[in-house]
Amino acid sequence: MAFFDWLGALPGAAAQGIIWGIMAIGVYITYKILDVADLTVDGSICTGGAVCAVLVTSGVNVWVALAVATVAGILCGLLTGFFHTFMGIPAILAGILTQLILWSVNLKIMGQANLAVPSRAFKVLIAASRVPKSLLVLAGFMIVLIAVLYWFFGTEMGASLRATGSNIQMSRAQGINTELNKIFGLALSNGVVALSGALLTQYQGFADINMGRGAIVIGLASVIIGEAVTARFAKNFAVKLLGVILGGVIYYFVYQTVVFLGLDTDLLKMLSAIVVAIFLAVPYWKKRYFSNPKKKEEKRDA
Amino acid sequence: MLELKNITKTFFPGTVNEKVALNDVSITLNDGDFVTIIGGNGAGKSTMLNAIAGVWRPDCGQILIDGVDVTHLPEHKRAKYLGRVFQDPMMGTAKDMEIEENLALALRRGKRRGLRWRITRAEREQYRELLAGLDLGLETRMTAKVGLLSGGQRQAVTLLMATLKTPKLLLLDEHTAALDPKTAAKVLELTDQIIAEKKLTAMMVTHNMKDAIVHGNRLIMMHNGRIIFDVSGVEKKNLTVETLLEKFSQSSGEEFANDRALLN
Ligand SMILES: Nc1ncnc2c1ncn2[C@@H]1O[C@H](COP(=O)(O)OP(=O)(O)OP(=O)(O)O)[C@@H](O)[C@H]1O
Ligand SMILES: [Mg+2]
Repeated sequence: MAFFDWLGALPGAAAQGIIWGIMAIGVYITYKILDVADLTVDGSICTGGAVCAVLVTSGVNVWVALAVATVAGILCGLLTGFFHTFMGIPAILAGILTQLILWSVNLKIMGQANLAVPSRAFKVLIAASRVPKSLLVLAGFMIVLIAVLYWFFGTEMGASLRATGSNIQMSRAQGINTELNKIFGLALSNGVVALSGALLTQYQGFADINMGRGAIVIGLASVIIGEAVTARFAKNFAVKLLGVILGGVIYYFVYQTVVFLGLDTDLLKMLSAIVVAIFLAVPYWKKRYFSNPKKKEEKRDA
Repeated sequence: MLELKNITKTFFPGTVNEKVALNDVSITLNDGDFVTIIGGNGAGKSTMLNAIAGVWRPDCGQILIDGVDVTHLPEHKRAKYLGRVFQDPMMGTAKDMEIEENLALALRRGKRRGLRWRITRAEREQYRELLAGLDLGLETRMTAKVGLLSGGQRQAVTLLMATLKTPKLLLLDEHTAALDPKTAAKVLELTDQIIAEKKLTAMMVTHNMKDAIVHGNRLIMMHNGRIIFDVSGVEKKNLTVETLLEKFSQSSGEEFANDRALLN
């Protein structure tokens, strides 16, 4: 019996997974492409949700609400970018500052800590009560988003963004405005994150001031899982992005399984954090304890 | 071409670590000058090139490139006048990007980067030819990530990138120092060839006195943040390592101290 319950819950988990996967793409843009650890996401995902909830409940068209939510996320990213570049604050701290600012802002936007957007009462695109349709809509969002990002990072401007993340000195030497690129990347990333927050709000039927807590860790987990799963055949950028979404879906499958095994879901955030910590440590450990013996010999020769 | 007027740069001013890295340096380069720069450790050679490149602002003084005052231009805006190759082969290329992508980035130095595709088919052909000219087999690996290349290969690619869009001034900071002797000789030969072909104005820091004498048409020697010796033309051609060392102790009152230079 429980097995079939579990099976029956998978499509819903997949929908949630895609939503968090979209958020993880935002994290991928800053963490992987721009090489900046941005903690704004915990706040900006909620900003997206809050804006969407307020607009939809006041009768605004849901597409308009999504667009405005995305713009709100872009503004969050701009703020962090401003802190980081213009004010010279380290990226992590800049993100934390914005996050804290957003805590207040999000409460003000919603006017309360929790705002319901029941799918019975409002016209929304996706809802937990309509999983098949939601999956279809989310797949559409996913494909369009990946297509747009694939195109953008293939342009001159996108390439300059990738260069900024890969080698900042070289980028400046090649005439790239690296500060501007960082701001732009942070804005783009948080726009995507806020979009996912707006989708999440519709799907779960409410926005909540705590909905973004730990989002960065889920994002990193999705990026890492996605990379591990697609590493062999993902040379193409679009496939890599798809892998990130897949990472989100796998994360939610695991979550669902934990729920069904009757384990304490309160522990899940801790578990994700530990898993992410270990994965982040792997490259360091590799370098430290399994470094190429050939290089050591070279050094001895010199 | 290039004019440095009374450039001074002090690091950590007002602390025990205070270091006057450039002390009232003035120099004028003529069109087509290929200047080699030598000097002991910490003499200020890299600092001078960094001042020209705009890595930071000098404390005082003025920098003109082709009559344009660039003293207050940020690094990325000055880049349109400059080609740069660094000592560290890792520094001049983006390792996570393909060889051809790196070249395409360099071709757009000083241009606005918009929403056009990052590389065109015609460019690819141009890159293939240029890479073939390096004779390192890179023309068949154009979509390989630069991170997979050896230091020498990366330095050769960096050199191409620095000169792909003809710079007004080429800055080379010990760009062969990290390479094995054979590769270093090859990259140096390539440097000569490109500078001659494109008739570039160039400054090349080297720790190898022989190289400094053999290459270029002008040689300057730095010590304690000052230019202490500046020769060109026939006088430069007739230099020997011995006369250089002698010149050094004459002007500075010290022995020439550059661990690597003395090894050569
Ligand atoms: N960014 C910096 N911050 C602090 N001090 C610096 C910086 N760059 C250079 N210096 C100091 O300025 C002095 C001149 O350094 P510079 O790198 O120009 O020497 P160099 O002539 O290139 O020597 P080398 O042959 O060792 O490369 C040194 O004392 C160095 O420690
Ligand atoms: Mg130096």
